[in-house]
Amino acid sequence: MTGPPATGRTLVIIPAYNEEESLPAVLKELAEQTPEHDVLVVSDGSTDCTTDVAREAGVFVAVLPFNLGIGGALRTGFAFAQRHGYERAVQFDADGQHDPLAVGLLLDRLDAGADMVIGSRFAEGGAVTYGVSRMRRRAMQFLQWLVYVLVRQRFTDTSSGFRAFSRPALDYFAATYPVEYMDSVEALVLACNTGFRVEEVAVNMRGRSGGAPSTRWIKLVYYYVRLIVVLVASATSRGQRARRTVDRGGAG
Amino acid sequence: MPALAAMSTEAHTLVIVLAAGVIGFIVHLVRSRQLRAKYSVLWFSIGFALAVLAVFPGLLERVSDLLGIGYPPATFMLLAMSFLLILVLHFSWELSRLEDRTRALAEEHALLRQQLEERLGGDL
Repeated sequence: MTGPPATGRTLVIIPAYNEEESLPAVLKELAEQTPEHDVLVVSDGSTDCTTDVAREAGVFVAVLPFNLGIGGALRTGFAFAQRHGYERAVQFDADGQHDPLAVGLLLDRLDAGADMVIGSRFAEGGAVTYGVSRMRRRAMQFLQWLVYVLVRQRFTDTSSGFRAFSRPALDYFAATYPVEYMDSVEALVLACNTGFRVEEVAVNMRGRSGGAPSTRWIKLVYYYVRLIVVLVASATSRGQRARRTVDRGGAG
Repeated sequence: MPALAAMSTEAHTLVIVLAAGVIGFIVHLVRSRQLRAKYSVLWFSIGFALAVLAVFPGLLERVSDLLGIGYPPATFMLLAMSFLLILVLHFSWELSRLEDRTRALAEEHALLRQQLEERLGGDL
C-alpha cells in the first residue's frame, strides 16, 4: 500500500512555499476540527523547514524540486487526489487565513451538485476580520467586473484561494489548472466556460498568521495587465475547446 | 554598377572571410553535437545565403530592384530583421513548451518521491 485508502473521501491540498511558521498551527487545527479529511502538503520548492514541519504533523507531503507557483502545486495535489481515488479536493491556504470549520460549508455545496465551490470573503454572510486596502479593493472590484463580462456570472471573491473541487473538476484541472500568476481567477473563468457548475459560499477569513503578501504594487500592475491578456485568451479559445471535450459524467 | 558592386577587394575579402567563419563555426557546433539537427539545417541555410551574398554582392541589388527597394542594404536589413523576428518568436514558443514539460516533470517527481517515501517509511 503506497497511498491512502481513500474511496469517497476528501483531500485537503495545502500549497506551501516557505510556510514553516504558520503551517504547524494550520495542520493542528485541521487535524482537530476536520479529522475525517486527509491532508496533503505540497511543498513548493521551499527552502525553509516547511517539509519537515509537515512530515512531523503526519500528513501526506509532496515535495516539488523547485518553485512552480500555486498553480503547479495545485496540479500536483489534483494529480495525487486522482491517483489515490479521492472524490473531492479542497484547496486550503498554509498561512492560516482559512477556517477549517468552513471546509464543511464548501463540501455541502459540492454534495448539492456544484463542481467547484469558492469560499468568499465578501459574499453575504461572510466577514472580513482584517483590513483590505483601498487599492486592493479597487483591484478586486475590477477583477469582479472582468470575470462577469467574461462568464456572465457574478462572483464576489474571484481570487479566493479557498475552494472545493468535485471529482470531474479535479480530473479536468489535474492537467489544465492555470500556472500563471493569479491562477485562481483564470481557473474560475476556465471552469465556467468549460461548463462546470461554479458556486460561491460565504466564509470568514482571518489575517495571515505568518508570511507577508508577496507582491509590490508595480509588480501588481504588471500582473494585472498580464492577467487581462491571459483571461481574454482563455475565455475565448481554451475554454471553448475544453467545453467541447470535457466529460461531465457523474457531476451531480 | 553602384553601391555594393563597387565594394573594394579588401572589403569583399573581409565579407567572404566572415561568412566562411560563420559556416565553419556552425560546422563545428554540429560536429560536436552541440546543435540539434533541426537548428543545424536552419543555420546552414543562413550561412549559405550569407556566403552567396558575400561572393556575389550584385545579387542583393538585383533583388532590391525586383522588390522596388532603392537602397540595397535596406533589403538586407529587412530580410535579416524578418528572419530574426520569426526566430525569436519560435524560441519563445519553444521555451514555453520546455517550461511546461519541466513543470510536468517536477510534478511527477514530487508524486513519485512521495510514493517512494511512503513505501520506504521515511524521508529521502
